[in-house]
Amino acid sequence: MVMSDFKAIEVKNISKNYDKGKIVALDNISFDVKKGELFGLVGPDGAGKTTLLRIIATLLLQDSGEAKLDNFDCVADFKAIRQRIGYMPGRFSLYQDLTIEENLNFFATIFNTTIEENYHLIKDIYVQIEPFKHRRAGKLSGGMKQKLALCCALIHKPSVLILDEPTTGVDPVSRKEFWDMLGRLQHDGITIIVSTPYMDEANLCDRIAFIHHGKLLTINTPQNIIDSFGNVLWSISGDNLFSLMTKLRAWQNTKSCFSFGENLHFVSINAQITPQDIMHYLKDDSVQVSKIVPSIEDCFMSFMQN
Amino acid sequence: MNLAIEVNELTKKFGDFVAVDHISFSVKKGEIFGFLGANGAGKTTAMKMLIGISIPTSGNATVAGFDLNRYPDKIKQNIGYMSQKFSLYEDLNIIENIRFYGGIYGLSRKEIAEKSEKLLEKLDLQSVSKSLVSSLPLGWKQKLSFSIAMIHEPSIIFLDEPTGGVDPITRRQFWDLIYEASENGTTVFVTTHYMDEAEYCERVSIMVDGKIAALNTPKQLKQDFKAASMDEVFYQLARGAKRSDH
Repeated sequence: MVMSDFKAIEVKNISKNYDKGKIVALDNISFDVKKGELFGLVGPDGAGKTTLLRIIATLLLQDSGEAKLDNFDCVADFKAIRQRIGYMPGRFSLYQDLTIEENLNFFATIFNTTIEENYHLIKDIYVQIEPFKHRRAGKLSGGMKQKLALCCALIHKPSVLILDEPTTGVDPVSRKEFWDMLGRLQHDGITIIVSTPYMDEANLCDRIAFIHHGKLLTINTPQNIIDSFGNVLWSISGDNLFSLMTKLRAWQNTKSCFSFGENLHFVSINAQITPQDIMHYLKDDSVQVSKIVPSIEDCFMSFMQN
Repeated sequence: MNLAIEVNELTKKFGDFVAVDHISFSVKKGEIFGFLGANGAGKTTAMKMLIGISIPTSGNATVAGFDLNRYPDKIKQNIGYMSQKFSLYEDLNIIENIRFYGGIYGLSRKEIAEKSEKLLEKLDLQSVSKSLVSSLPLGWKQKLSFSIAMIHEPSIIFLDEPTGGVDPITRRQFWDLIYEASENGTTVFVTTHYMDEAEYCERVSIMVDGKIAALNTPKQLKQDFKAASMDEVFYQLARGAKRSDH
Protein backbone atom coordinates (compact mmCIF):
# COMPACT_ATOMS: atom_id res chain seq x y z
CA MET A 1 0.00 0.00 0.00
CA VAL A 2 1.22 3.48 -0.85
CA MET A 3 0.94 5.77 2.09
CA SER A 4 2.49 9.19 1.94
CA ASP A 5 2.43 12.28 4.07
CA PHE A 6 0.19 13.91 1.50
CA LYS A 7 -3.15 14.42 3.16
CA ALA A 8 -6.27 13.08 1.51
CA ILE A 9 -8.58 14.48 4.18
CA GLU A 10 -7.97 17.35 6.60
CA VAL A 11 -10.60 18.15 9.18
CA LYS A 12 -10.04 21.20 11.40
CA ASN A 13 -12.20 22.20 14.36
CA ILE A 14 -15.45 21.00 12.82
CA SER A 15 -18.58 21.48 14.94
CA LYS A 16 -22.18 20.74 14.04
CA ASN A 17 -25.38 21.16 16.04
CA TYR A 18 -28.89 20.05 15.26
CA ASP A 19 -32.24 21.28 16.50
CA LYS A 20 -31.13 24.90 17.15
CA GLY A 21 -28.16 23.87 19.24
CA LYS A 22 -30.02 21.41 21.45
CA ILE A 23 -28.15 18.43 20.00
CA VAL A 24 -24.38 18.63 19.64
CA ALA A 25 -23.55 16.18 16.86
CA LEU A 26 -19.86 17.12 16.47
CA ASP A 27 -17.81 19.04 18.98
CA ASN A 28 -14.61 20.60 17.62
CA ILE A 29 -13.31 17.63 15.64
CA SER A 30 -9.85 17.68 14.03
CA PHE A 31 -7.95 14.89 12.26
CA ASP A 32 -6.14 14.01 9.03
CA VAL A 33 -6.28 11.00 6.75
CA LYS A 34 -3.14 10.29 4.74
CA LYS A 35 -3.18 9.49 1.05
CA GLY A 36 -3.55 5.72 0.61
CA GLU A 37 -4.61 5.14 4.20
CA LEU A 38 -7.42 2.90 5.45
CA PHE A 39 -8.85 5.03 8.22
CA GLY A 40 -11.55 3.84 10.62
CA LEU A 41 -14.09 5.95 12.48
CA VAL A 42 -15.09 3.72 15.36
CA GLY A 43 -18.00 4.45 17.67
CA PRO A 44 -21.55 3.46 18.61
CA ASP A 45 -24.79 4.70 17.00
CA GLY A 46 -25.35 8.37 17.68
CA ALA A 47 -21.63 9.14 18.11
CA GLY A 48 -21.56 11.56 15.14
CA LYS A 49 -19.98 9.30 12.51
CA THR A 50 -22.62 9.88 9.83
CA THR A 51 -22.66 13.64 10.35
CA LEU A 52 -18.89 13.80 9.98
CA LEU A 53 -18.83 11.67 6.83
CA ARG A 54 -21.66 13.67 5.27
CA ILE A 55 -19.74 16.92 5.84
CA ILE A 56 -16.66 15.43 4.17
CA ALA A 57 -18.84 14.16 1.31
CA THR A 58 -20.19 17.74 0.82
CA LEU A 59 -23.74 16.67 1.66
CA LEU A 60 -24.05 18.69 4.86
CA LEU A 61 -22.70 22.06 5.95
CA GLN A 62 -20.77 22.35 9.20
CA ASP A 63 -21.56 25.16 11.70
CA SER A 64 -17.86 25.99 12.09
CA GLY A 65 -14.43 24.70 11.20
CA GLU A 66 -13.19 23.49 7.82
CA ALA A 67 -12.74 20.24 5.97
CA LYS A 68 -10.61 19.56 2.91
CA LEU A 69 -10.41 16.60 0.60
CA ASP A 70 -7.41 16.30 -1.73
CA ASN A 71 -6.81 19.94 -0.85
CA PHE A 72 -10.24 21.03 -2.08
CA ASP A 73 -12.50 22.81 0.39
CA CYS A 74 -15.60 20.79 1.23
CA VAL A 75 -17.82 23.88 1.05
CA ALA A 76 -16.34 26.11 -1.68
CA ASP A 77 -15.12 23.33 -3.99
CA PHE A 78 -17.96 20.88 -3.49
CA LYS A 79 -18.29 20.16 -7.21
CA ALA A 80 -14.64 19.15 -7.55
CA ILE A 81 -14.93 16.93 -4.49
CA ARG A 82 -18.00 15.15 -5.76
CA GLN A 83 -16.00 14.09 -8.83
CA ARG A 84 -13.27 12.65 -6.64
CA ILE A 85 -15.15 10.65 -4.03
CA GLY A 86 -17.11 7.47 -3.92
CA TYR A 87 -19.71 7.62 -1.16
CA MET A 88 -21.68 4.72 0.20
CA PRO A 89 -24.32 5.88 2.69
CA GLY A 90 -25.49 3.71 5.57
CA ARG A 91 -28.91 3.32 4.05
CA PHE A 92 -29.22 1.66 0.62
CA SER A 93 -29.84 4.49 -1.82
CA LEU A 94 -29.53 3.12 -5.35
CA TYR A 95 -32.44 2.97 -7.75
CA GLN A 96 -34.67 0.13 -6.55
CA ASP A 97 -36.46 -0.22 -9.89
CA LEU A 98 -33.32 -0.36 -12.02
CA THR A 99 -31.46 -3.64 -12.40
CA ILE A 100 -27.96 -4.27 -11.11
CA GLU A 101 -26.52 -3.58 -14.55
CA GLU A 102 -28.64 -0.47 -15.13
CA ASN A 103 -27.62 1.03 -11.79
CA LEU A 104 -23.96 0.47 -12.52
CA ASN A 105 -24.29 1.88 -16.04
CA PHE A 106 -26.13 4.90 -14.72
CA PHE A 107 -23.38 5.77 -12.24
CA ALA A 108 -20.65 5.18 -14.83
CA THR A 109 -22.45 7.49 -17.29
CA ILE A 110 -23.00 10.40 -14.93
CA PHE A 111 -19.28 10.31 -14.14
CA ASN A 112 -18.44 10.27 -17.88
CA THR A 113 -16.93 6.82 -17.82
CA THR A 114 -17.87 3.28 -18.74
CA ILE A 115 -18.08 0.03 -16.80
CA GLU A 116 -15.25 -1.35 -18.98
CA GLU A 117 -12.84 1.49 -18.20
CA ASN A 118 -12.54 0.73 -14.49
CA TYR A 119 -13.76 -2.83 -14.52
CA HIS A 120 -10.53 -4.04 -12.85
CA LEU A 121 -11.48 -2.12 -9.70
CA ILE A 122 -14.85 -3.75 -9.26
CA LYS A 123 -14.19 -7.12 -10.88
CA ASP A 124 -13.71 -9.15 -7.66
CA ILE A 125 -16.93 -7.79 -6.22
CA TYR A 126 -18.98 -7.59 -9.40
CA VAL A 127 -18.48 -11.22 -10.44
CA GLN A 128 -20.32 -12.23 -7.26
CA ILE A 129 -23.47 -10.34 -8.27
CA GLU A 130 -23.10 -10.53 -12.06
CA PRO A 131 -25.22 -13.72 -12.36
CA PHE A 132 -28.14 -11.58 -11.16
CA LYS A 133 -27.38 -8.50 -13.26
CA HIS A 134 -30.89 -8.36 -14.70
CA ARG A 135 -32.52 -8.40 -11.28
CA ARG A 136 -33.91 -5.14 -9.93
CA ALA A 137 -31.94 -3.65 -7.04
CA GLY A 138 -35.04 -3.55 -4.85
CA LYS A 139 -35.29 -7.34 -5.07
CA LEU A 140 -31.74 -8.06 -3.89
CA SER A 141 -30.73 -9.45 -0.50
CA GLY A 142 -28.92 -7.20 1.97
CA GLY A 143 -25.48 -8.55 1.17
CA MET A 144 -25.98 -8.20 -2.58
CA LYS A 145 -27.26 -4.63 -2.24
CA GLN A 146 -24.16 -3.80 -0.27
CA LYS A 147 -21.91 -5.20 -3.00
CA LEU A 148 -23.77 -3.34 -5.73
CA ALA A 149 -23.56 -0.09 -3.76
CA LEU A 150 -19.80 -0.56 -3.41
CA CYS A 151 -19.44 -1.20 -7.17
CA CYS A 152 -21.43 1.96 -7.96
CA ALA A 153 -19.27 3.98 -5.56
CA LEU A 154 -16.12 2.70 -7.28
CA ILE A 155 -17.01 2.80 -10.95
CA HIS A 156 -15.47 6.26 -11.60
CA LYS A 157 -12.20 5.29 -9.81
CA PRO A 158 -12.56 7.70 -6.94
CA SER A 159 -9.55 9.11 -5.13
CA VAL A 160 -11.23 8.71 -1.75
CA LEU A 161 -13.86 6.15 -0.78
CA ILE A 162 -16.23 7.19 2.02
CA LEU A 163 -18.13 4.28 3.57
CA ASP A 164 -20.74 4.85 6.25
CA GLU A 165 -21.24 1.71 8.33
CA PRO A 166 -21.03 -0.72 5.41
CA THR A 167 -21.12 -3.76 7.73
CA THR A 168 -23.81 -2.87 10.25
CA GLY A 169 -26.26 -5.74 10.69
CA VAL A 170 -24.10 -7.99 8.51
CA ASP A 171 -23.12 -11.43 9.83
CA PRO A 172 -19.48 -12.12 10.83
CA VAL A 173 -18.63 -14.14 7.69
CA SER A 174 -19.88 -11.49 5.25
CA ARG A 175 -18.21 -8.78 7.32
CA LYS A 176 -14.86 -10.51 6.94
CA GLU A 177 -15.33 -10.78 3.17
CA PHE A 178 -16.18 -7.10 2.97
CA TRP A 179 -13.01 -6.12 4.82
CA ASP A 180 -10.93 -8.34 2.52
CA MET A 181 -12.35 -6.31 -0.38
CA LEU A 182 -11.37 -3.05 1.30
CA GLY A 183 -7.81 -4.32 1.70
CA ARG A 184 -7.62 -5.00 -2.05
CA LEU A 185 -8.99 -1.55 -2.92
CA GLN A 186 -6.38 0.05 -0.69
CA HIS A 187 -3.75 -1.85 -2.69
CA ASP A 188 -5.15 -0.21 -5.82
CA GLY A 189 -4.27 3.16 -4.29
CA ILE A 190 -7.66 4.28 -3.06
CA THR A 191 -7.83 6.16 0.24
CA ILE A 192 -10.62 4.79 2.41
CA ILE A 193 -12.44 6.29 5.36
CA VAL A 194 -14.92 3.88 6.90
CA SER A 195 -17.17 4.10 9.95
CA THR A 196 -18.16 1.11 12.06
CA PRO A 197 -19.77 0.31 15.40
CA TYR A 198 -17.87 -3.02 15.50
CA MET A 199 -14.77 -2.72 17.66
CA ASP A 200 -13.12 -5.84 16.20
CA GLU A 201 -13.00 -4.19 12.75
CA ALA A 202 -10.75 -1.45 14.12
CA ASN A 203 -7.78 -3.83 13.99
CA LEU A 204 -8.08 -3.98 10.20
CA CYS A 205 -7.48 -0.23 9.77
CA ASP A 206 -4.11 1.56 9.50
CA ARG A 207 -5.31 4.16 11.96
CA ILE A 208 -8.55 4.69 13.83
CA ALA A 209 -10.36 7.48 15.61
CA PHE A 210 -12.61 6.60 18.55
CA ILE A 211 -15.69 8.81 18.43
CA HIS A 212 -18.34 9.07 21.14
CA HIS A 213 -20.99 11.75 21.84
CA GLY A 214 -19.57 13.96 19.08
CA LYS A 215 -16.03 14.00 20.46
CA LEU A 216 -12.87 12.24 19.32
CA LEU A 217 -11.53 10.20 22.21
CA THR A 218 -8.25 9.28 20.52
CA ILE A 219 -6.61 8.90 17.09
CA ASN A 220 -3.84 6.38 16.58
CA THR A 221 -2.84 3.03 15.11
CA PRO A 222 -4.69 0.10 16.70
CA GLN A 223 -1.39 -1.19 18.12
CA ASN A 224 -0.49 2.15 19.73
CA ILE A 225 -3.94 2.39 21.26
CA ILE A 226 -3.56 -1.08 22.75
CA ASP A 227 -0.03 -0.28 23.98
CA SER A 228 -1.27 2.83 25.77
CA PHE A 229 -3.99 1.01 27.75
CA GLY A 230 -2.04 1.90 30.87
CA ASN A 231 -3.39 -0.75 33.24
CA VAL A 232 -2.80 -4.41 33.88
CA LEU A 233 -5.73 -6.33 32.44
CA TRP A 234 -6.78 -9.63 34.01
CA SER A 235 -8.96 -12.26 32.40
CA ILE A 236 -11.02 -14.21 34.92
CA SER A 237 -13.01 -17.35 34.18
CA GLY A 238 -15.16 -19.55 36.38
CA ASP A 239 -18.35 -21.56 36.61
CA ASN A 240 -20.77 -18.76 37.39
CA LEU A 241 -19.58 -15.62 35.65
CA PHE A 242 -22.56 -13.49 36.57
CA SER A 243 -22.08 -14.03 40.31
CA LEU A 244 -18.30 -13.58 40.01
CA MET A 245 -18.89 -10.27 38.23
CA THR A 246 -21.31 -9.07 40.90
CA LYS A 247 -18.79 -9.98 43.59
CA LEU A 248 -15.87 -8.31 41.83
CA ARG A 249 -17.83 -5.12 41.24
CA ALA A 250 -18.45 -4.86 44.97
CA TRP A 251 -14.71 -5.14 45.79
CA GLN A 252 -12.83 -2.06 46.97
CA ASN A 253 -9.85 -3.05 44.79
CA THR A 254 -11.87 -2.99 41.58
CA LYS A 255 -11.55 -0.27 38.97
CA SER A 256 -13.65 -2.00 36.31
CA CYS A 257 -15.08 -5.42 35.60
CA PHE A 258 -16.81 -6.31 32.33
CA SER A 259 -17.98 -9.52 30.73
CA PHE A 260 -16.13 -10.54 27.56
CA GLY A 261 -17.61 -13.72 26.15
CA GLU A 262 -16.72 -16.60 28.44
CA ASN A 263 -14.39 -14.45 30.57
CA LEU A 264 -14.47 -11.36 32.74
CA HIS A 265 -12.01 -8.55 32.08
CA PHE A 266 -10.87 -7.01 35.32
CA VAL A 267 -8.78 -3.92 36.11
CA SER A 268 -7.74 -3.19 39.67
CA ILE A 269 -6.98 0.21 41.20
CA ASN A 270 -4.05 -1.60 42.79
CA ALA A 271 -1.25 -2.10 40.22
CA GLN A 272 0.51 -4.60 42.49
CA ILE A 273 -2.44 -6.99 42.79
CA THR A 274 -1.63 -10.66 42.12
CA PRO A 275 -3.73 -13.53 40.75
CA GLN A 276 -3.53 -15.05 44.24
CA ASP A 277 -5.13 -11.90 45.74
CA ILE A 278 -7.99 -12.13 43.24
CA MET A 279 -8.54 -15.86 43.78
CA HIS A 280 -8.35 -15.43 47.54
CA TYR A 281 -11.07 -12.78 47.41
CA LEU A 282 -13.36 -14.80 45.14
CA LYS A 283 -13.03 -18.02 47.19
CA ASP A 284 -14.17 -20.20 44.31
CA ASP A 285 -12.23 -23.28 43.16
CA SER A 286 -13.40 -22.95 39.56
CA VAL A 287 -11.79 -19.52 39.15
CA GLN A 288 -8.79 -19.04 36.86
CA VAL A 289 -6.93 -15.76 36.50
CA SER A 290 -4.45 -14.73 33.83
CA LYS A 291 -2.85 -11.52 32.62
CA ILE A 292 -3.90 -10.59 29.05
CA VAL A 293 -3.28 -8.01 26.34
CA PRO A 294 -6.27 -5.65 26.01
CA SER A 295 -8.43 -5.66 22.89
CA ILE A 296 -9.59 -2.54 21.06
CA GLU A 297 -12.94 -2.92 22.82
CA ASP A 298 -11.23 -2.84 26.26
CA CYS A 299 -9.52 0.36 25.16
CA PHE A 300 -12.72 1.98 23.91
CA MET A 301 -14.49 1.22 27.17
CA SER A 302 -11.58 2.57 29.16
CA PHE A 303 -11.73 5.83 27.15
CA MET A 304 -15.50 6.03 27.66
CA GLN A 305 -15.05 5.82 31.42
CA ASN A 306 -12.39 8.54 31.59
CA MET B 1 -43.65 -29.53 31.66
CA ASN B 2 -40.30 -27.84 31.73
CA LEU B 3 -40.21 -26.52 28.18
CA ALA B 4 -40.96 -22.93 27.23
CA ILE B 5 -40.70 -23.58 23.50
CA GLU B 6 -41.01 -26.87 21.65
CA VAL B 7 -40.56 -26.80 17.90
CA ASN B 8 -41.41 -29.74 15.69
CA GLU B 9 -40.49 -29.87 11.97
CA LEU B 10 -41.41 -26.22 11.55
CA THR B 11 -41.27 -25.16 7.89
CA LYS B 12 -41.96 -22.02 5.90
CA LYS B 13 -41.95 -21.85 2.13
CA PHE B 14 -42.23 -18.78 -0.08
CA GLY B 15 -43.11 -20.29 -3.47
CA ASP B 16 -40.30 -22.73 -4.25
CA PHE B 17 -37.99 -21.18 -1.69
CA VAL B 18 -37.77 -23.03 1.63
CA ALA B 19 -36.89 -20.26 4.07
CA VAL B 20 -37.16 -22.50 7.14
CA ASP B 21 -36.64 -26.17 6.50
CA HIS B 22 -38.12 -28.64 9.04
CA ILE B 23 -36.47 -27.29 12.16
CA SER B 24 -36.96 -29.01 15.53
CA PHE B 25 -35.62 -27.91 18.90
CA SER B 26 -36.75 -26.99 22.37
CA VAL B 27 -35.98 -24.26 24.88
CA LYS B 28 -36.17 -24.85 28.64
CA LYS B 29 -38.04 -22.58 30.99
CA GLY B 30 -35.78 -19.77 32.26
CA GLU B 31 -33.06 -20.56 29.73
CA ILE B 32 -31.11 -17.92 27.80
CA PHE B 33 -31.21 -19.33 24.28
CA GLY B 34 -29.10 -17.80 21.51
CA PHE B 35 -30.54 -18.11 17.99
CA LEU B 36 -27.73 -17.44 15.53
CA GLY B 37 -27.25 -17.68 11.80
CA ALA B 38 -25.85 -15.83 8.81
CA ASN B 39 -27.91 -13.19 7.01
CA GLY B 40 -30.51 -14.99 4.96
CA ALA B 41 -30.26 -18.26 6.92
CA GLY B 42 -33.90 -18.03 7.99
CA LYS B 43 -33.64 -16.69 11.56
CA THR B 44 -36.12 -13.86 11.21
CA THR B 45 -38.65 -16.02 9.38
CA ALA B 46 -38.40 -18.67 12.09
CA MET B 47 -38.78 -16.09 14.83
CA LYS B 48 -41.82 -14.54 13.14
CA MET B 49 -43.51 -17.94 13.18
CA LEU B 50 -42.66 -18.51 16.85
CA ILE B 51 -44.20 -15.20 17.91
CA GLY B 52 -47.40 -15.96 16.01
CA ILE B 53 -47.23 -13.38 13.21
CA SER B 54 -46.34 -15.71 10.33
CA ILE B 55 -48.27 -18.91 9.59
CA PRO B 56 -46.10 -22.02 9.14
CA THR B 57 -46.35 -23.92 5.85
CA SER B 58 -46.05 -27.15 7.82
CA GLY B 59 -44.90 -28.40 11.19
CA ASN B 60 -45.84 -27.05 14.57
CA ALA B 61 -44.59 -25.54 17.78
CA THR B 62 -45.76 -25.00 21.32
CA VAL B 63 -44.82 -21.59 22.69
CA ALA B 64 -45.59 -20.57 26.28
CA GLY B 65 -47.88 -23.58 26.50
CA PHE B 66 -49.96 -22.76 23.42
CA ASP B 67 -50.19 -24.55 20.10
CA LEU B 68 -48.83 -22.26 17.41
CA ASN B 69 -51.23 -23.33 14.66
CA ARG B 70 -54.33 -23.13 16.84
CA TYR B 71 -53.74 -20.26 19.26
CA PRO B 72 -51.31 -17.75 17.74
CA ASP B 73 -53.14 -14.88 19.46
CA LYS B 74 -52.76 -16.51 22.88
CA ILE B 75 -49.04 -16.72 22.21
CA LYS B 76 -48.87 -13.01 21.41
CA GLN B 77 -50.46 -12.20 24.77
CA ASN B 78 -48.05 -14.37 26.69
CA ILE B 79 -44.73 -13.37 25.18
CA GLY B 80 -42.72 -10.17 24.93
CA TYR B 81 -41.05 -9.15 21.67
CA MET B 82 -38.42 -6.56 20.98
CA SER B 83 -37.59 -6.08 17.31
CA GLN B 84 -34.23 -5.00 15.96
CA LYS B 85 -35.89 -1.92 14.60
CA PHE B 86 -36.72 0.43 17.46
CA SER B 87 -40.45 0.16 17.93
CA LEU B 88 -41.48 2.63 20.62
CA TYR B 89 -43.35 5.77 19.54
CA GLU B 90 -40.71 8.44 19.01
CA ASP B 91 -43.15 11.32 19.39
CA LEU B 92 -44.63 10.10 22.65
CA ASN B 93 -42.72 10.66 25.87
CA ILE B 94 -41.40 7.82 28.01
CA ILE B 95 -44.35 7.65 30.38
CA GLU B 96 -46.85 7.80 27.48
CA ASN B 97 -45.11 4.88 25.79
CA ILE B 98 -45.27 2.84 29.00
CA ARG B 99 -48.99 3.64 29.39
CA PHE B 100 -49.70 2.81 25.77
CA TYR B 101 -48.04 -0.60 25.85
CA GLY B 102 -49.43 -1.35 29.31
CA GLY B 103 -52.91 -0.60 27.94
CA ILE B 104 -52.39 -2.79 24.87
CA TYR B 105 -51.50 -5.72 27.11
CA GLY B 106 -54.58 -5.10 29.24
CA LEU B 107 -52.97 -3.89 32.47
CA SER B 108 -55.18 -1.85 34.81
CA ARG B 109 -54.45 1.82 35.48
CA LYS B 110 -53.19 0.94 38.92
CA GLU B 111 -50.85 -1.73 37.56
CA ILE B 112 -49.56 0.64 34.90
CA ALA B 113 -48.86 3.34 37.50
CA GLU B 114 -46.97 0.89 39.71
CA LYS B 115 -45.03 -0.61 36.82
CA SER B 116 -44.11 2.80 35.43
CA GLU B 117 -42.64 3.93 38.71
CA LYS B 118 -40.58 0.76 39.14
CA LEU B 119 -39.39 0.80 35.57
CA LEU B 120 -38.30 4.45 35.63
CA GLU B 121 -36.48 3.93 38.90
CA LYS B 122 -34.69 0.82 37.70
CA LEU B 123 -33.50 2.46 34.48
CA ASP B 124 -32.78 5.72 36.28
CA LEU B 125 -35.06 7.62 33.90
CA GLN B 126 -37.26 9.52 36.42
CA SER B 127 -35.78 12.88 35.53
CA VAL B 128 -36.56 12.44 31.81
CA SER B 129 -39.90 10.63 32.06
CA LYS B 130 -41.63 13.48 30.20
CA SER B 131 -39.03 13.63 27.43
CA LEU B 132 -39.86 12.46 23.96
CA VAL B 133 -38.40 9.06 23.28
CA SER B 134 -36.78 10.45 20.10
CA SER B 135 -34.43 12.54 22.26
CA LEU B 136 -32.91 9.54 24.07
CA PRO B 137 -29.54 8.01 23.14
CA LEU B 138 -29.83 4.63 21.40
CA GLY B 139 -28.58 2.63 24.39
CA TRP B 140 -31.29 4.07 26.66
CA LYS B 141 -33.93 3.49 24.00
CA GLN B 142 -32.96 -0.16 23.79
CA LYS B 143 -33.06 -0.64 27.57
CA LEU B 144 -36.43 1.12 27.67
CA SER B 145 -37.72 -1.00 24.77
CA PHE B 146 -36.69 -4.15 26.62
CA SER B 147 -38.35 -3.09 29.85
CA ILE B 148 -41.57 -2.18 28.04
CA ALA B 149 -41.55 -5.51 26.19
CA MET B 150 -41.47 -7.07 29.67
CA ILE B 151 -44.25 -4.88 31.11
CA HIS B 152 -46.89 -7.61 31.13
CA GLU B 153 -44.46 -10.07 32.75
CA PRO B 154 -44.39 -12.49 29.83
CA SER B 155 -43.03 -15.97 30.43
CA ILE B 156 -40.83 -15.69 27.31
CA ILE B 157 -39.10 -12.68 25.80
CA PHE B 158 -38.00 -12.68 22.14
CA LEU B 159 -35.15 -10.27 21.36
CA ASP B 160 -34.16 -9.69 17.73
CA GLU B 161 -30.64 -8.21 17.62
CA PRO B 162 -31.27 -5.99 20.62
CA THR B 163 -27.71 -4.64 20.88
CA GLY B 164 -26.80 -3.80 17.25
CA GLY B 165 -24.83 -0.54 17.13
CA VAL B 166 -25.03 0.00 20.89
CA ASP B 167 -21.81 1.15 22.61
CA PRO B 168 -19.79 -1.57 24.39
CA ILE B 169 -20.60 -0.49 27.95
CA THR B 170 -24.34 -0.09 27.34
CA ARG B 171 -24.32 -3.39 25.44
CA ARG B 172 -23.10 -5.09 28.62
CA GLN B 173 -25.64 -3.26 30.76
CA PHE B 174 -28.28 -4.60 28.41
CA TRP B 175 -27.06 -8.12 29.12
CA ASP B 176 -27.34 -7.41 32.84
CA LEU B 177 -31.07 -6.89 32.19
CA ILE B 178 -31.22 -10.16 30.28
CA TYR B 179 -29.52 -12.08 33.10
CA GLU B 180 -31.84 -10.54 35.65
CA ALA B 181 -34.92 -11.51 33.64
CA SER B 182 -33.58 -15.03 33.34
CA GLU B 183 -32.85 -15.26 37.10
CA ASN B 184 -36.48 -14.25 37.68
CA GLY B 185 -37.62 -17.20 35.59
CA THR B 186 -38.24 -15.52 32.22
CA THR B 187 -37.13 -17.52 29.19
CA VAL B 188 -34.94 -15.43 26.88
CA PHE B 189 -34.77 -16.13 23.13
CA VAL B 190 -32.19 -13.83 21.57
CA THR B 191 -30.49 -13.25 18.20
CA THR B 192 -27.20 -11.40 17.83
CA HIS B 193 -24.31 -10.78 15.44
CA TYR B 194 -21.89 -10.28 18.34
CA MET B 195 -20.18 -13.60 18.97
CA ASP B 196 -19.05 -12.63 22.48
CA GLU B 197 -22.75 -12.40 23.30
CA ALA B 198 -23.24 -15.95 22.07
CA GLU B 199 -20.98 -16.96 24.97
CA TYR B 200 -23.46 -15.42 27.44
CA CYS B 201 -26.20 -17.80 26.30
CA GLU B 202 -26.77 -21.12 28.05
CA ARG B 203 -27.33 -22.84 24.71
CA VAL B 204 -26.90 -21.64 21.17
CA SER B 205 -28.33 -22.80 17.87
CA ILE B 206 -26.78 -21.86 14.54
CA MET B 207 -28.94 -21.82 11.42
CA VAL B 208 -27.47 -22.48 7.98
CA ASP B 209 -29.57 -22.60 4.80
CA GLY B 210 -32.88 -22.81 6.66
CA LYS B 211 -31.79 -25.70 8.91
CA ILE B 212 -30.35 -25.84 12.39
CA ALA B 213 -26.75 -26.90 11.74
CA ALA B 214 -25.64 -27.02 15.37
CA LEU B 215 -27.19 -26.68 18.80
CA ASN B 216 -25.44 -26.96 22.14
CA THR B 217 -23.80 -25.07 24.99
CA PRO B 218 -21.10 -22.66 23.78
CA LYS B 219 -18.53 -24.78 25.61
CA GLN B 220 -19.58 -28.01 23.89
CA LEU B 221 -19.81 -26.33 20.47
CA LYS B 222 -16.26 -25.07 20.80
CA GLN B 223 -15.09 -28.57 21.72
CA ASP B 224 -17.03 -30.22 18.89
CA PHE B 225 -15.64 -27.81 16.30
CA LYS B 226 -12.16 -27.70 17.87
CA ALA B 227 -12.51 -23.92 17.96
CA ALA B 228 -11.08 -21.38 20.39
CA SER B 229 -14.08 -19.07 20.19
CA MET B 230 -17.71 -18.97 19.11
CA ASP B 231 -16.58 -16.71 16.31
CA GLU B 232 -14.62 -19.63 14.85
CA VAL B 233 -17.52 -22.05 15.32
CA PHE B 234 -19.79 -19.64 13.49
CA TYR B 235 -17.27 -19.13 10.75
CA GLN B 236 -16.79 -22.87 10.15
CA LEU B 237 -20.55 -23.41 9.85
CA ALA B 238 -21.60 -20.31 7.94
CA ARG B 239 -18.74 -20.51 5.47
CA GLY B 240 -20.26 -23.72 4.12
CA ALA B 241 -23.62 -22.07 3.46
CA LYS B 242 -24.89 -22.66 -0.05
CA ARG B 243 -27.72 -20.25 0.11
CA SER B 244 -26.36 -16.86 0.34
CA ASP B 245 -27.04 -13.40 1.04
CA HIS B 246 -23.66 -12.66 -0.45
